[in-house]
Amino acid sequence: MLYALKFAGRYLTASKAQTALLVVGVAVGVFIFIFTSALIGGLAEFILSRTAGDMSHVTIEAEATDPALLITPPGTVLLVQEPSTETPELRAAISFLPLIEALPEVKAVSPQITGAGFLRRGTQVSQVSIIGLEPGRESAILDLDGYLVQGDARLRTGAVVLGRSLVEDMGLSLGQTVQLQSTDGIDAALTLTGIYQIGSGGGPDRRMAYVSLSTARTLFAMPQGVSRIEIKLFDIYAADGAALRIEGLTGLAAKSWTEDGAQLLEALKAQAQTGYFLKTFAMITIIIGVASALLLSTYRRRPEIGIMRAMGASRNFVVAVFVLQGALIGVMGGLLGAGVGYLALLPFPTREAFRSGTLPMDITQGSYDLAIILTVIGAVAASILPARAAARVDPVTAIGQ
Amino acid sequence: MMLLGVSDLVKTFGEGDTATHVLRGLNLTLEKGQMAALLGPSGSGKSTLLTILGTLMQPTSGTHQMLGVDLTIASDAELTQFRNRHIGFVFQFHNLLPDFTALENVIFPTAIREGRETAAARTRGKELLTRMGLAGRINFASTKLSGGQKQRVAVARALMNAPELVLADEPTGNLDRASALQVMELIGQINRDEGTTFLISTHDEKIAATCSRQIVVGDGRVTG
Repeated sequence: MLYALKFAGRYLTASKAQTALLVVGVAVGVFIFIFTSALIGGLAEFILSRTAGDMSHVTIEAEATDPALLITPPGTVLLVQEPSTETPELRAAISFLPLIEALPEVKAVSPQITGAGFLRRGTQVSQVSIIGLEPGRESAILDLDGYLVQGDARLRTGAVVLGRSLVEDMGLSLGQTVQLQSTDGIDAALTLTGIYQIGSGGGPDRRMAYVSLSTARTLFAMPQGVSRIEIKLFDIYAADGAALRIEGLTGLAAKSWTEDGAQLLEALKAQAQTGYFLKTFAMITIIIGVASALLLSTYRRRPEIGIMRAMGASRNFVVAVFVLQGALIGVMGGLLGAGVGYLALLPFPTREAFRSGTLPMDITQGSYDLAIILTVIGAVAASILPARAAARVDPVTAIGQ
Repeated sequence: MMLLGVSDLVKTFGEGDTATHVLRGLNLTLEKGQMAALLGPSGSGKSTLLTILGTLMQPTSGTHQMLGVDLTIASDAELTQFRNRHIGFVFQFHNLLPDFTALENVIFPTAIREGRETAAARTRGKELLTRMGLAGRINFASTKLSGGQKQRVAVARALMNAPELVLADEPTGNLDRASALQVMELIGQINRDEGTTFLISTHDEKIAATCSRQIVVGDGRVTG
């Protein structure tokens, strides 16, 4: 093998220009592979961070209980249920929090009390969704800290954090007091301590009012328990399995984000598949390039192959010489392409700094090792056909050429 | 002592109406240490006979034995190994590996056997090249050598594994008279010193005259 490696190396260095072109060709394929990986991965990361990244991956929610039927009269009964403003409650769920937090796939857990309400300032009234969060877990699910444009995201008792659009609509400023009334009819005077901006003036910035869990308890008359538990996972795609596991452990109905986000999941899968196609085409290009170059080399070196065979070189030795050439081209092209790919991705912002309008290239998702390994495997596979052709060369005919 | 023997050797190329019968029941034996010239007109079957004796081709029928081994029933891998250990080749057009030095070309048969270029192989290779009068050309690229020098490198390569038999197909056919005589002198010297058997195909009567035995082939048979 060592001796065959010497031959492979010598053949490659004997035609420097041809080898250089071949290696550059392979490197371009690897570069495309890495660039596509970084782009598709970065794009997926960007989309996820802007959609599912800020939402709960698994949610345990209290269900509204149906009123019990106390009589069973004969015949058909028409029941009319009056609309209820009572917030459904998870009483025992809090005790499961340490158990859920201990699961390896769980990144963060946020017990919440949520409900509807009205924000008042003087004569101005806005309908809002009230979200009561535990202090210290404000950014467990939605990165409230990250979206904060003014003030403090820390939700102390008596504090409220509102979206920029709502604040502007109501002419509020930091430190001002507003009245928040829940649908249970309970009022609380709260101080605006933080202003966030998630989108460009749309729904979330106009609809949400973040308060502390204790404030929410007062507003919804819920001295114990919570209305929902939001869970964030390290791997968003593990949500279905995690929901089942949590259900099994706690007996609570856990819902994966994929139940409502099937379309997003499908879009992400389609995007990933596009990436696979592009990467496959890059690999096919590499294989065809290496195979054709080595086939030409095989033809050009037929007389030498004939001499080697006449001197006692086995067919396996000839195969090894050409397969090793393929492997060396793969290694050199792979390393060159990976290196250039990495350097080309350096100027792009990191995934933490992705902003709208920029190309979300994620340098960490370049799949460099995979690109090099696949390239070497591809180049070796591409060299097998020329190598076998070389091994079949008839020494008598070849020497006579 | 007999080194090799072929009997009723037949080689036919093609089939039916297009069949060409090159060897037609050829019989031949070579003794160890002989230096034999193979003579005959073009198309008489000299090259085909050398190719079969060199185990690069199998006969259509007949027997071929060397060192007591029946080579007509050996597999390709067995023939390759046998060729490497016991047979050396010198071709008309030297056929050196162009991307390698004179020394690398010479030690090739041993390196193939060993799987690497050993120090012992290098030492022997240098000795052989020195003996061929090429001490100053050991590390020259083979493409940088003259025709006569290339052919002497080819002779050194054929002798590298100390084979019992060296087959030479018109080894001087591409050389000028001086170089041709120099190569033949070297071959004769090795034959005398080491007892290596040579079978040299040639058209040149003068070259043939330097050999101890002349074998004439005609119409696919040994005729003299």
